Amino acid sequence: MSISYIPGNGSYIDASENAGVIHHHVLSVLVENRAGVLARIAQLFSRRGYNIFSLAVAPTDDSRFSRITIVVDVDSAPLEQITKQLHKLINVIKISELDPADSVECELLVATVNADISSRGHVMELVALFDGKIIDVGVDKLTVLATGEPSKLDDFSELLSSFGIVELQRTGRVALAKLERQSNKLKNTTGRAG
Amino acid sequence: MKLTGAQALIKSLEMQGVDVMFGLPGGAILPVYDPIIDSPIRHILVRHEQGAGHMAEGYAHATGRPGVAMVTSGPAATNIVTPLADAYMDSVPIVVITGQVATNLIGSDAFQEADTTGITMSVTKHNWLVTDANDIPNVVAEAFHVATTGRPGPVLIDFPKDVANAEMDWYWPTSVDMPGYKPNTRGHSKMIAAAVKMLFEAAKPVFYVGGGVLNARGSEALAELVEITGIPVVTTLMARGAFPDDHPLCLGMPGMHGNYTAVTAMQKSDLLIALGSRFDDRVTGKLDGFAPGAKVIHVDIDPAELGKLRRPDVPIVGDCRSVIEDIIRAIKADPDAYQQRTDISDWVKTVKQWQEKYPLKYEQPALSGVLKPQYVIEKLRDAVPSDTIVVSGVGQHQMWASQYWKFNYPYTWINSGGLGTMGFAVPAAIGAKVGKPDRTVWAIDGDGCFQMTAQELVTASMERIPIKVALLNNSYLGMVRQWQEMFYGERYSEVYLSPDLPDYVKWAEAMGCASFRVENAEEVGPAIEKANEINDRPVVIEFRTDSSEKVFPMVPAGVTNDNIILGPEGLNGI
Repeated sequence: MSISYIPGNGSYIDASENAGVIHHHVLSVLVENRAGVLARIAQLFSRRGYNIFSLAVAPTDDSRFSRITIVVDVDSAPLEQITKQLHKLINVIKISELDPADSVECELLVATVNADISSRGHVMELVALFDGKIIDVGVDKLTVLATGEPSKLDDFSELLSSFGIVELQRTGRVALAKLERQSNKLKNTTGRAG
Repeated sequence: MKLTGAQALIKSLEMQGVDVMFGLPGGAILPVYDPIIDSPIRHILVRHEQGAGHMAEGYAHATGRPGVAMVTSGPAATNIVTPLADAYMDSVPIVVITGQVATNLIGSDAFQEADTTGITMSVTKHNWLVTDANDIPNVVAEAFHVATTGRPGPVLIDFPKDVANAEMDWYWPTSVDMPGYKPNTRGHSKMIAAAVKMLFEAAKPVFYVGGGVLNARGSEALAELVEITGIPVVTTLMARGAFPDDHPLCLGMPGMHGNYTAVTAMQKSDLLIALGSRFDDRVTGKLDGFAPGAKVIHVDIDPAELGKLRRPDVPIVGDCRSVIEDIIRAIKADPDAYQQRTDISDWVKTVKQWQEKYPLKYEQPALSGVLKPQYVIEKLRDAVPSDTIVVSGVGQHQMWASQYWKFNYPYTWINSGGLGTMGFAVPAAIGAKVGKPDRTVWAIDGDGCFQMTAQELVTASMERIPIKVALLNNSYLGMVRQWQEMFYGERYSEVYLSPDLPDYVKWAEAMGCASFRVENAEEVGPAIEKANEINDRPVVIEFRTDSSEKVFPMVPAGVTNDNIILGPEGLNGI
């Protein structure tokens, strides 16, 4: 599939062949680190008919909290309704909607590809081009790893596919808001505040 | 002070001011039933766990305090899922405690084990599985806080047997620390100002009052706002009594079986002021055609209700009473704007004309003829104290009760609105009577509903809770029958129940109640008088009513509220 960002409206379009056009938004949800929280969130999505495109969960630096990065399909329900319903869950502390223009995103991909004597060099070259790593070597296969923005990984997997992908796994994206590059003072003078 | 987990749980309930709980013991909850013997809390032993849940709801509806139910694990927990779902839909604060198998057995398919927190996740505002006895006071304090604040709702505490037997050092928390739960109760001042401006500009405004006004104890504030603005009021099924029916500006119930004026006033309005109501499909009919010319001010304590179904022009998140009071203050602060407000007297006149032209109607034939259910309800209404608490089940009798009763006080009408739970009336009436022992409590029930939970009359007899039941026996699942008659070409499928199987009078007597049967209109008044004189046990009057009577007006499913059918004569069109 190929996912591209539409500037201005803060959403992705996923134009994969079968799916038609799907709009995606990224929600970064800070939750209490308690048993059953993920079940509550998954159950809310299922009960209200919202679709999850990808989901990544991990503890934060503060062990009381975890961060869940959810990529939601906003064609299934208005984003506002999804965030409001999420907010009603007692264990949800904070929800940030991450506009791709104002956030940094990262995803990890591992793939096992066919790589016999004749094609192994080409695969290695491709992995190097994408700043990837080779993490396992077999007789006629390689397992490779790459990280980066989701669109970069889309390209990588597409190029790998010409060698024959045996197995592929992606983590789903994680994201944080972009840091301020300007001091507040400077920002005000350039009129970009708010 | 060392306490067992079980003792700590009961003591925590006492600290919360619980005076009564409804329940039924069993294996996993056994340890908690021991300290109940020494507790001042009254425990009412039910005959089925669903009854305990609905009693807790009835108690909460009638008193405004959270109702408490306690049952064991597994099948008891699944039996109480229906009341939880009911309370969740109607925003009723109840606290349900379920026993659970010991923590080391959880997940092993132990005897009477069920994944109670998993099962009830989507029908509770929140639930807790207690795994450490030291957490008990905190969890109980949190549970009551969540149930009663913000948008009220049911909560559940799942309580494993080993936690009940463990020892803990007693403490009582002075506050709750819930970083993810901070309900907002005050409306935004800018939005209040925008609402006042819109209120004054409207030529055809209507207050669309829902159960949120009752939950906010907002009836008095609403009455003042109506006096100031002169705007007509509709009260939804959940809000009957929030504004007095005998007030000239009260239009009564809107919706699928609402009266013509309430339905049409909303439909033709240019401004709906939704107060604690949620644009339920039974009120709006086909949503895209609902009140097409109306702007919307929507006040609700639950932000997710704003814009869920109809996008408001002015959304206000807040407690209804607080917001209404702020609106009144804002109006009083600007007398000039008040003087220059749009004149709505033509609108009020139009609405009054509708009321005169299209009243609710039915015909009771000769006094010896077949008995109309509406006649029974009118007779009952006129023969009981005006502050009688009326509790109903779900179906035709519920609609007739809501239509024909005159609710002039808040918290005098208790029913299952959102979930539509048949069998709600008897146990909820018991809970209401326990909460308000000095008030008369009448359950108005149907024969289908009655058969679902009637066994709780044994509870009522045993515990000396003298509720009264008006059983409208039309020998059918009447509402379903009505739809089959109107929309399925009179093909009646599985709706006939029989008028005399069971023999309701014998059944009620077997359960310790006084009971008599009424078969024609002449006998209605004397039977009610007789029932009014009995106060030492429950009474059941079985009224044999007309099987073919239908609820009108009616807006059929899937069409807009413009297509209201006023009576049987209007059926030719469909």
